[in-house]
Amino acid sequence: MGEVGLNAYLMVGAVLFVCGVVCMATKRNGIGVLMGVELVLNGANVNFVAFSRYTSLGLDGQTVALFVIVLAAAEAAVALAIALNFYNNHLTIDVDRGNELQG
Amino acid sequence: MIEQLLFYTFAILTCGGAVAVVATQNVVRMAFWLVVSLGSVAALFFLLHADFLGAAQLLIYVGGTVVLLVFGVMLTASGPYTTIKTSPAEGIIGGAVGLMLLMVLVSSIGSVDWGAISGRLPASPESPFTADSIREAHAEESLVNAGSTKAKTDLAAVQQQGRTVRQLGLSFLGLRPDRNLKEGGANGLAPGYFLPFEIVSVHLLVVLIGAAYLARAKRRAVSEDRVSLD
Repeated sequence: MGEVGLNAYLMVGAVLFVCGVVCMATKRNGIGVLMGVELVLNGANVNFVAFSRYTSLGLDGQTVALFVIVLAAAEAAVALAIALNFYNNHLTIDVDRGNELQG
Repeated sequence: MIEQLLFYTFAILTCGGAVAVVATQNVVRMAFWLVVSLGSVAALFFLLHADFLGAAQLLIYVGGTVVLLVFGVMLTASGPYTTIKTSPAEGIIGGAVGLMLLMVLVSSIGSVDWGAISGRLPASPESPFTADSIREAHAEESLVNAGSTKAKTDLAAVQQQGRTVRQLGLSFLGLRPDRNLKEGGANGLAPGYFLPFEIVSVHLLVVLIGAAYLARAKRRAVSEDRVSLD
């Protein structure tokens, strides 16, 4: 293929998304699950910016991607606080141990 | 040519880093591969002429979020080896499901004609990277010296590519000069992002207070116990 087009960037975004989903599904470490969330959000960001560049959407994609970055940082802070609380209560970060709310 | 080379390099780094994050069991190595992947995504943003977004990705993600995750790893390390093993059967099943999802996504990306669809968008026909003022400057320049204007305007166009900081800031203030100056408001004024910007500001404040409260609560209980024991 000659020129780098929209499809190549969308492929990269798809790979990032799938890796993030698999990471969220298979990791038993709570921090690993958070890393999977970051990968998923980055895949979405790559798609946003690629559409902003290659279609006539203009600057909207970049603006939304900036909001996603800020919200991901906020999410990481809160999720890390929750993980620290979980570790203080259970003395492990294994998410399989967090089953106290089971009926 | 150089752009293709850079794109393939950083695309391979991005995808390889993401796969390595999934494949590694050690949390600290996962954080390292996450840094590689996110930094390469920032490089891809620079290749897409999104200069401010690439810088923000480097500053916030690589400089902030990953450092936060590494601190989380250090504070929750439950032994000399910070690995909690995934069972091989779960890994194989997850990998198979992920491969199927990837094939679905790739086939659907390849089967859509994005050019025809983006032609139907009601957005502005011009790319935002050639704003009106820039094109007027080109016109004046071509009027002044009609000799080698082609090379000069091409050089200026290359220099203007990716200058998005001012337009992003104006759109956060609710102004869209890249849209509204062009058509004379034929489709009505294009809305900016002032309200989401304010909501995100308040949201960050709430998150700051909430995270501080959540991370602090348990330790205070422990210290109270100590006081009561004394």
